[in-house]
Amino acid sequence: MGAVAISALILIVVTLIAPLLGSTHIDLGQAFAGVSPDHEIFYYARLPRVLLAMLAGAALSITGVIFQCMLRDPLAEPYTLGVSSGAAVGAVLAICLGFSSTGFASLIGAGLVLMIVVAMSMDGRRMSGFTLLLTGVTMNSIAFAVILFLHSIASFSQSFAISRWLMGGVDSVPYSTLAWLAAIVIPVMIALTLRAPQWNLIAVGEEWAASRGVSTTAMTAFGYVAGSILTGLVTSLTGPIGFVGLIVPHALRLRFGADHRTLIPCSILLGAAFLVVCDTLSRTVNPPTDIPVGVLTAMGGGPFFLWLLRSKRKSLWM
Amino acid sequence: MSFSAKQLSYHYGLHQANFEFPHTGLISLAGPNGAGKSTLLGILAGLRAPYRGSITYRGRELRQWPRRDFASDVAYVPQAVHIEFPFTAGEVVLMGRTPRTGGWYESAHDRTAAEQAMSITDCLALRDRDFRALSGGERQRVIVAAALAQEPKTLLLDEPATHLDLKHQLSLYRLLARLSRTILVVAVTHDLNLAMQYSDRVVILEDGRIAGDGAPGEVLNSASIESVFGVRTTIHSGPEGRPWLVYGMDGV
Repeated sequence: MGAVAISALILIVVTLIAPLLGSTHIDLGQAFAGVSPDHEIFYYARLPRVLLAMLAGAALSITGVIFQCMLRDPLAEPYTLGVSSGAAVGAVLAICLGFSSTGFASLIGAGLVLMIVVAMSMDGRRMSGFTLLLTGVTMNSIAFAVILFLHSIASFSQSFAISRWLMGGVDSVPYSTLAWLAAIVIPVMIALTLRAPQWNLIAVGEEWAASRGVSTTAMTAFGYVAGSILTGLVTSLTGPIGFVGLIVPHALRLRFGADHRTLIPCSILLGAAFLVVCDTLSRTVNPPTDIPVGVLTAMGGGPFFLWLLRSKRKSLWM
Repeated sequence: MSFSAKQLSYHYGLHQANFEFPHTGLISLAGPNGAGKSTLLGILAGLRAPYRGSITYRGRELRQWPRRDFASDVAYVPQAVHIEFPFTAGEVVLMGRTPRTGGWYESAHDRTAAEQAMSITDCLALRDRDFRALSGGERQRVIVAAALAQEPKTLLLDEPATHLDLKHQLSLYRLLARLSRTILVVAVTHDLNLAMQYSDRVVILEDGRIAGDGAPGEVLNSASIESVFGVRTTIHSGPEGRPWLVYGMDGV
């Protein structure tokens, strides 16, 4: 319980400080008093952005934990199983067709891929992580090819919009959007968290779990659909933000161990804190330009990942 | 009867097996590679479906058992467990309690049961170690402890002695023999001497069919071993006055 309390404390501190930082200095007293422009910057530029980063970071981290657990592969991440590349195809298509917003189209793309992968990997009444992995990775390759094709026929300005979307970034969104995002993301995360003891068994193996009374097919299907809903929704709003779902679960396993009863709540809380910190960096490092947060997480995450591979190799020789 | 099979078949692995297992005793499943031992054990554990024919446990068809009720009765020890994540040995053993706990946290009783199971298989000292850093034999003892922590009425083991050193092989089989006074223990084994020494009954499988079923002394003789395994055997008087099989490769 101590680990969860500390994680919650870190998230609270980060969330309180982050909206105060940015290219323009604001005074909190004036923001609360409704004085312009501090009030507008605080309520309409920074706070929604911090809230979106929180929801996105939490959703990506917990999905990383669940996918790694289901696939028994510590190197899996939310994007491994194809849904976000479906979202990307939808968004890129929307840009090429000249739609004003990419959100709806990317949701449709994510949903389509989700249905294709589930249909492909259900074998009668069974579903295993292995077929999920193969189907998801194949869908990723197909989606990548479609994106390259669309990119090659796009106009110059469309091409810029496509690259920008694919970099991933947290922008200020309306509070109504945040409200429906939270209304889906939070209950799904709670439902996943409540099954932590079963995730522990699945993390060891499908037979291990099945011989201890867990319905592995139902859990695998639930984990995949829930993780895909989280990833698809978040990706439709932020574009792909890599490595969050990989780094956070990994660092926490090193620190707190593999028990999902601790790992899942800590991943939610610290995943949220991590993306808020990254997003704050992305708008303060080089003001007034925003560095896309997906670029920051990948630049930080890539080397971390290599270090991880290296230390993993060492532990094999131990 | 605990298990009762009629015309039990499974894909290519098992053909029309008929047997009845009592509520207690140590039954060894032996046979050459690919004979269907692990398939049969997997069916008994409720992990291989759909099978054809009928197999009941305590009078109820296996496919009709609610999964969790069955899991709190029947524990299964797989051949090897490979874990990717940093679970400690103690956490792995506590997982054995899941079908009985059902809730979020283990109770004090769960912890005691896990501790007892670990001391029985001589792995209490490994409790806080990372499971991935243990040797094959240490892992095996932890996995057996996880099954014991389940407090099962039936214990199924797939080649439990494979990774163990001599001392732990013998102590494991002594333990299984002791447990088999109150519960049913079914173990797949390649070591016919362990089967001969400790089991109450040996079932021999060959090409997915039951080729022999009875007391070890009746089933394991030079003729049957040569016909099933293709190995010449002589039977000597071994330690503690029991028969001891000596294998030779001449003429094979």
